[in-house]
Amino acid sequence: MAGRHVAGSEDPPGGSTTPAAEAATATRDLTRMSADELSRALRAGEVTSVMVTQAHLDRIAAVDGAVHAFLHVAAEEALATARDVDARRAAGEELHPLAGVPIAVKDVVVTKGLPTTAGSRILEGWVPPYDATLVERLKAAGMPILGKTNMDEFAMGSSTEHSAYGNTHNPWDLDRIPGGSGGGSAAAVAAYEAPLAIGTDTGGSIRQPGAVTGTVGVKPTYGGVSRYGLIALASSLDQAGPVTRTVLDSALLHEVIGGHDRRDSTSLPEPLPDLVGAARLGSSGDLTGVRVGVVHELNGDGYQPGVRARFEESLELLRGAGAEVVEVSCPHFEYALAAYYLILPSEASSNLAKFDGMRFGLRVVPTDGPATAERVMGATRGAGFGDEVKRRIILGTYALSAGYYDAYYGSAQKVRTLIQRDFEAAFEQADVLVSPTAPTTAFKLGEKLDDPLAMYLNDVATIPANLAGVPGMSVPNGVSDDGLPVGFQILAPARADDRLYRVGAALEALLERGWGAPLLSRAPELPTAPLTEGTAR
Amino acid sequence: MSTISREEVARLAGLARIDLTEPELNRLAGELDVIVESVARVSEVATSDVPATSHPLPLTNVFREDVVEAALPVEDALAGAPSAEGGRFAVPQILEED
Amino acid sequence: MSTTDLVDYDEAVARFDPVIGIEVHVELGTASKMFDGAPTEFGAEPNTQVTPVSLGLPGSLPVLNRTAVESAIKIGLALNCEIAELCRFARKNYFYPDVPKNFQTSQYDEPIAHDGWIDIELEDGTVVRVEIERAHMEEDAGKNTHVGGATGRIHGAEYSLVDYNRAGIPLVEIVTRPITGVGDRAPEVARAYVQTLRDIFRGLGVSEARMERGNVRADVNVSLRPTPESPLGTRTETKNVNSFRSVERAVRYEISRQAAILDAGRTVTQETRHWHEDTGITTAGRVKSDAEDYRYFPEPDLVPVAPSRAWVEEIRATLPEAPVARRRRLQGEWGYADAEMRDVVNAGAIELIEATVAAGAVPAAARKWWMGELARTSNTEGVELADLPVTPEQIAQLQGLVDSGRINDKLARQVLAGVLAGEGSPEEVVASRGLEVVSDDGALLAAVDEALAAQPDIAAKVRAGNLGPVGAIIGAVMKATRGQADAGRVRELVLERINQG
Repeated sequence: MAGRHVAGSEDPPGGSTTPAAEAATATRDLTRMSADELSRALRAGEVTSVMVTQAHLDRIAAVDGAVHAFLHVAAEEALATARDVDARRAAGEELHPLAGVPIAVKDVVVTKGLPTTAGSRILEGWVPPYDATLVERLKAAGMPILGKTNMDEFAMGSSTEHSAYGNTHNPWDLDRIPGGSGGGSAAAVAAYEAPLAIGTDTGGSIRQPGAVTGTVGVKPTYGGVSRYGLIALASSLDQAGPVTRTVLDSALLHEVIGGHDRRDSTSLPEPLPDLVGAARLGSSGDLTGVRVGVVHELNGDGYQPGVRARFEESLELLRGAGAEVVEVSCPHFEYALAAYYLILPSEASSNLAKFDGMRFGLRVVPTDGPATAERVMGATRGAGFGDEVKRRIILGTYALSAGYYDAYYGSAQKVRTLIQRDFEAAFEQADVLVSPTAPTTAFKLGEKLDDPLAMYLNDVATIPANLAGVPGMSVPNGVSDDGLPVGFQILAPARADDRLYRVGAALEALLERGWGAPLLSRAPELPTAPLTEGTAR
Repeated sequence: MSTISREEVARLAGLARIDLTEPELNRLAGELDVIVESVARVSEVATSDVPATSHPLPLTNVFREDVVEAALPVEDALAGAPSAEGGRFAVPQILEED
Repeated sequence: MSTTDLVDYDEAVARFDPVIGIEVHVELGTASKMFDGAPTEFGAEPNTQVTPVSLGLPGSLPVLNRTAVESAIKIGLALNCEIAELCRFARKNYFYPDVPKNFQTSQYDEPIAHDGWIDIELEDGTVVRVEIERAHMEEDAGKNTHVGGATGRIHGAEYSLVDYNRAGIPLVEIVTRPITGVGDRAPEVARAYVQTLRDIFRGLGVSEARMERGNVRADVNVSLRPTPESPLGTRTETKNVNSFRSVERAVRYEISRQAAILDAGRTVTQETRHWHEDTGITTAGRVKSDAEDYRYFPEPDLVPVAPSRAWVEEIRATLPEAPVARRRRLQGEWGYADAEMRDVVNAGAIELIEATVAAGAVPAAARKWWMGELARTSNTEGVELADLPVTPEQIAQLQGLVDSGRINDKLARQVLAGVLAGEGSPEEVVASRGLEVVSDDGALLAAVDEALAAQPDIAAKVRAGNLGPVGAIIGAVMKATRGQADAGRVRELVLERINQG
């Protein structure tokens, strides 16, 4: 394993007795352990799920006032799950390896009985009557859900500044953005408020926050994780995936949430590849015979020098591990952003039509004139949606409106074909493709809020994977000149998510050998800023 | 200079059922240009010989069998409703009949 | 509302050539909905037949019902359509409170079936071929109940209550090409077409196709042109015409109304119109600002449907014969005259008679019951024949009792009344009401003697060889036995007695 063991995490003396568990926790901070380590400690009886869950709830209580990663903390429910798991384990029941390991879930994922807002005012107070498939799987695995994490409203954004419920702060520098849209999940994991989190990625919303918070984020192959219960942004691009501190943890979580779901028509029928096995194989640091393709078009202008320097160093490490590094060209990637601008708003304008104040969520009655259904819908949507959501709905309505479909949405779908062909050709020459995940480190809160285009450019390297449906991962690969983390993106062919884990785990192991510790250990200690009334909803 | 008129934005806002304020209408008129620019960009390569991809992975014929599953309890179905009456969702006056 | 000018129908069709087009929506009789497992039972309590999917809750996703697709293919094949090699669903975006997602999942430019035809038969036996443009799959919407208005109608209502039980029930929409060249028979053609489709849906077993439940709904397009050679005129679309009679009336009405407009030198407005069952008129719908801008695009949450040719052929092999062909066959087998068969068809009694014959009755008797006594009952009570509380098996049993001489026709009608009143099977009614015929010749002979004695002049005429008045004697005997005698046997006994004398 990649040098992450905490003393005493294996072969515990004294079996599963409470004194042993107490002794173990006395010597280590449960919130600093990886999910894999927690899994081992739980199975060995060194700790209980209640202890682990409580430790994370305590951490949230201590620091989330400063970070604001959570929109809702589900302490009672999480502890109830933890107690149940502990009881079942004590009764000798065979449990899932991650049973008892707590997790945070992005608020775009529907959770039965827990408020789900997707970061929007229009869903304030909505408590879903059902669970997303991936939530059912987390529950079936016995994983306590700590709460729901902050995000850009309806996952539209790259900074989490578009949340209706306030900014999330980057644990590396509280004045900076944590990326987006899944800034809450990435910040929660980076701030040790949760060992694991769920994100969703429509154009980079898992990978880019991972890059700017020094965490691992994986966008699985489209169809690899059920979308049933994800509040849709752009149906043909959305994909849920793991947000973790280690590559192995992502693999463990991916195997819990992934695999076929009959309630999602776009769910892949075949079983997942062996992801955990690939991660363990990769952690040996040997990549002999693996062909790594550097995408020419994703390594050019607009990248911070520090981002480029870390990328080149990482390539050197891969070469040193036996990988063959080649340059590949994906000439149509330069059209990806334009296609994305047409597809995302089009689908979003339709997906978000259901938020109309008739069946659930906010209803705003206009104060002037007759309160007809039509006018109540308009007033509700005018008041309930934020600027970015309105902007994209109007863009999408325009792109789909009479007479434009073929030229707009239709043409964008053709670009998708061209990008898929680029990927196919590139994967003839390479087993995985690589690039920096994001062009810059985290920018300051508010810095780009009024510049949507600059904000969108953040996603330039991550969008092609969503358009083509291929899987991608961001692995932290150092800090830039400003001391802030940067990420290394790995892309694999559709259904070959295991390649991400092998190469990602290898890079992680090689980097940490050099650093002597995980990157996150360099993040500054967070000030204690307890949750106040009204922070957690 | 914006190529999309404020009136066009107002029409779209009506289609999308979003009440927009005057400043919002004016601002969005300028921002719609991103669509026009994107269209110009994709048109460079989206030629007639390129097939469109509507789904990222080419699945077909995904069906469920015609089997009844548990319905939501009616109280759950109505739990989130801003207004309900007699097991139904209460909605404001509807002017158009389709 | 100002009075609408109408031109007398005969004058209208003398001056103009009507062209019609019909869109029929049929609710498929699947157990679960189009895109989720919610049940589809009719008449359930509001919002008890919904899942997160049919309620359009955030995060929910559709998965297509295989049986619904199979039914759509069956309908397509029965209408002699091509079945698409690959087709997709699209989203039709519009805001309306009974559409839970504010888009309807439908098929747009890629219907599952297209380019077909169906022969329909008018009441006089004329066969008209109607060309089918397409048949596509879509989902139904929920139901609004308007509250606070005096009439329960939309106008004047203060608010509405929405039940989503119907939302997501699978529909197939069948669209004809313009039906031309039928002249003044356009209303009749429209009616016969919808009736034929209803028969097809039932024959295929894809829907109960009950008009009164809204299982089958028709939108009728009507336009007029000066001559059959002229280009098509501007059409109106009258929505939700939900009975055969209304289909015919709505077409007639629109022809008269449009003729008046054209006669006055004005132009017909292309619009959606509403049919008013009570008054038999159509009125203009509200003009919508966003009409026709439905922003269709391929539904990304569903994958394409690509029915393999093997599957299509498998389905084709299960299809029953077409209604017109089937009628011809049954008419031959049953030996009905053309007019008799038409009446049977128009009464919707084919299946009932078929089942009655299958249960042992001869075709003539089966027809006599269903088109006679039962048709009258169904008319008086305003109930469809098929919904009367009597089965074809019971009718066959009833006729069996007559054939065996245990009851006569008059008693049989009383037995039937008992069955309809829920008193049990014909056998049971005969037993419980004591309706068996008097077969004791002794008792009958006494009655015959009495009748002959009471009417000596008639008896004399009969004896003299004039059998004409014998009915009077038989009638008297029947009266004396309160109808419980077998009239045939009475006649035999009367003649016997006279000859003996």
